[in-house]
Amino acid sequence: MNKFLFALLLLYVAPVQAKLNIFACEPEWGALAQELGADRVDIYTATTALQNPHYIEARPSLLAKARRADLVICTGAELEAGWLPIVLTQSGNAKIQASSPGFFEASSFVVKLEVPQSLDRAQGDVHAAGNPHVHLDPHNIAKIATKLTERFAQLDAANAGAYQAQGGAFQEKWRDAIAGWEARAAPLKGLPIVTYHKDMSYLINWLGLIELANLEPKPGVPPTTGHLTDLLEQLEKKPAKAIVRSAYNNPKPAQWLAERARVPAIVLPFTVGGSEQARNLYGLFDDSVARLLSATNAQ
Amino acid sequence: MLSYALARAALVGSALCVLAAPLAVAASDSELAEIRNEINKVREAYQTRIEALEKRLNDAEAKAQSAQKTAAQAEAAAVGVQSRRSQNSGNPAISLILQGTYANFSEDPETRSIAGFVPGGGEFFPGSRGFSLAESELNIAASVDPYFRGLFTAALTPEDEIEIEEAWIQSLSLGAGFTAKAGRFFSGIGYLNEIHQHAFDFVDFPLAYQAFLGGNYSDDGVQLRWLAPTDLFIEVGTEAGRGRAFPASDRNKNGAASGAVFVHVGDDLGISHSYRAGLSYLHTAPRERSFDDTDSLGNPVVNAFRGNSRLWLADLVYKYAPDGNAQVKNFKLQGEYFWRHESGELGFDDSAGSAQFGALRDAYAARQSGWYVQGVYQFMPRWRAGVRYDRLDSGNAVIGLVQNGAVPGDNFPLLVTGKNPQRASAMLDFSPSEFSRLRLQYARDESRPDGVTDDQIILQYIMSLGAHGAHRF
Repeated sequence: MNKFLFALLLLYVAPVQAKLNIFACEPEWGALAQELGADRVDIYTATTALQNPHYIEARPSLLAKARRADLVICTGAELEAGWLPIVLTQSGNAKIQASSPGFFEASSFVVKLEVPQSLDRAQGDVHAAGNPHVHLDPHNIAKIATKLTERFAQLDAANAGAYQAQGGAFQEKWRDAIAGWEARAAPLKGLPIVTYHKDMSYLINWLGLIELANLEPKPGVPPTTGHLTDLLEQLEKKPAKAIVRSAYNNPKPAQWLAERARVPAIVLPFTVGGSEQARNLYGLFDDSVARLLSATNAQ
Repeated sequence: MLSYALARAALVGSALCVLAAPLAVAASDSELAEIRNEINKVREAYQTRIEALEKRLNDAEAKAQSAQKTAAQAEAAAVGVQSRRSQNSGNPAISLILQGTYANFSEDPETRSIAGFVPGGGEFFPGSRGFSLAESELNIAASVDPYFRGLFTAALTPEDEIEIEEAWIQSLSLGAGFTAKAGRFFSGIGYLNEIHQHAFDFVDFPLAYQAFLGGNYSDDGVQLRWLAPTDLFIEVGTEAGRGRAFPASDRNKNGAASGAVFVHVGDDLGISHSYRAGLSYLHTAPRERSFDDTDSLGNPVVNAFRGNSRLWLADLVYKYAPDGNAQVKNFKLQGEYFWRHESGELGFDDSAGSAQFGALRDAYAARQSGWYVQGVYQFMPRWRAGVRYDRLDSGNAVIGLVQNGAVPGDNFPLLVTGKNPQRASAMLDFSPSEFSRLRLQYARDESRPDGVTDDQIILQYIMSLGAHGAHRF
């Protein structure tokens, strides 16, 4: 009888001790949650580095995962505008609605670049809130980590101290890592590059690179032959050191231009999982800096 | 002498020493005082300088702190301004869909109907030959508060009429997987039914949707959905409504006049494949659901059905995108199967025409089915090509009036044409961006009661202004 009562008690207590169930929209937030939550969190990452997080559909599997999430961590700034609202409203999960503590919008905690002065789709798919790809500046990661640690502590109050300790250790290690990357990346200052989409702006801003042009004629409009021909002409006058694209971008336009302009085409991991080396957030920046440095050495 | 001199010198020396000693003491006293004085002066000077330095240091620290504070405030303000702006832009989300077509039909679209099927009353897209404006759709959606969300969709028809397609509120905070909806909404039955026509992969509805539901089945009522807490997507839903539209008919009745249940199952198969399958049931009980036909001499008659209409739907959608990245290449296969059983009474009334038989009524029963399957392939960014095949089985309607000899069968031309209507379509579309699409479609339509083939060529544009559209699965 006592055993039975004990088992009942365990059943009752078990959900309280359960891990925080996290639905991360992008791999970088999944990786950050892993750094800050360690073994206190269970993470499902909705997209991979090979998928453009903007063009995802609200697949049944995403709805099923959102149904059981305690916390949804997304970039925001309209990056997931096409699918996240459906996932949230059809999940039947009150905990993760936009007004709840179970919804964490990472980009809302940092200053965004390229906030448009005017909004007109003739300029392409520009986001009213500014450029959403905030994670490629490690200083932003640090700021978001602070807020995420607070959120973990709020949602899982029993482990608040552990989250604070874990968060503090991460901040220290991350600060050292940033110093290391900044020292290594010093020669990259002023490096002129061409990017595929406006998704590298924070990296460019952080390292002081110069973005000459984009392969997309307008944000969200796939590269056209006409635009690439114009770019080729432009690069003859003002050469770039590299043509940079993310792992999920179509490789063909970058290759086409790289061959003709005789400039190396570089694939940056863009997020965790985008290259073999980018296994976590440290690897992401290690590899991004290393790949950019390879462009300066190639010349 | 020497000793004297020495003694004298010693005496003088000692005297001098004796004399000098107090002198020396006197001298050191004054010097010390002076030194003390100096030190005090220096100390004072240093004190004031140290104080000045300390003050400057404090000032500098305060300045640095306030600078930091200002910077932090500025950043916080910037973050605040940014998030405020994004909230403004999305509350409420307003979008407008603009559509237009150019159509070339070998047969007159005015006389179009589907052999063996009671007209669904819905609109056939596109409606007419030549240039025409298709429906413009205005969409307004927003959270009402933390508990509700609302959506309003009005279709402005080319005939200058406004039609409320959807106007509903949805719960946000029921939790436990439940979501409730109330108002006018597209029913959750089938796959295509919940999707607006501008988001279709072909210009028009599949024949089965036209024959069995008259387009999207929308009703005024309530819906409750429940999502299971499993890794596999399992969704169950039920609806009750007033039975506003075909296959129901509006009834002056308390309570619900139509009901539906549906279950959806879906998942990913690896990173590149995903699917959703569904099974739905719609029950309606129309009263005096009438339609126009002609008798054997071509005179107008009015037929009316009353009874029970039971519709079963099975649907399957499968999507493929390499590595789950649909931007360059992707493929979508979708199919739905319809099965309907209607039983009750059928009225026949030719009193407005030849008045040969007058108004009669007898039993009616029909088992009918239909299906379509379509595949759409995006072979390069912006370009998609697709094919679709439609097939219906009109079954053999049991018409009491014909069986008992009251009215000869050829007075029900629409119902007794025992045929299998079919249609084959192909389309090519180009989307310059996520917000615009141009489409060319060809269809070979063999669904008319007279058996004539209609060759249809349609050019279409679909443009979306304003708030970002939803990427439904």
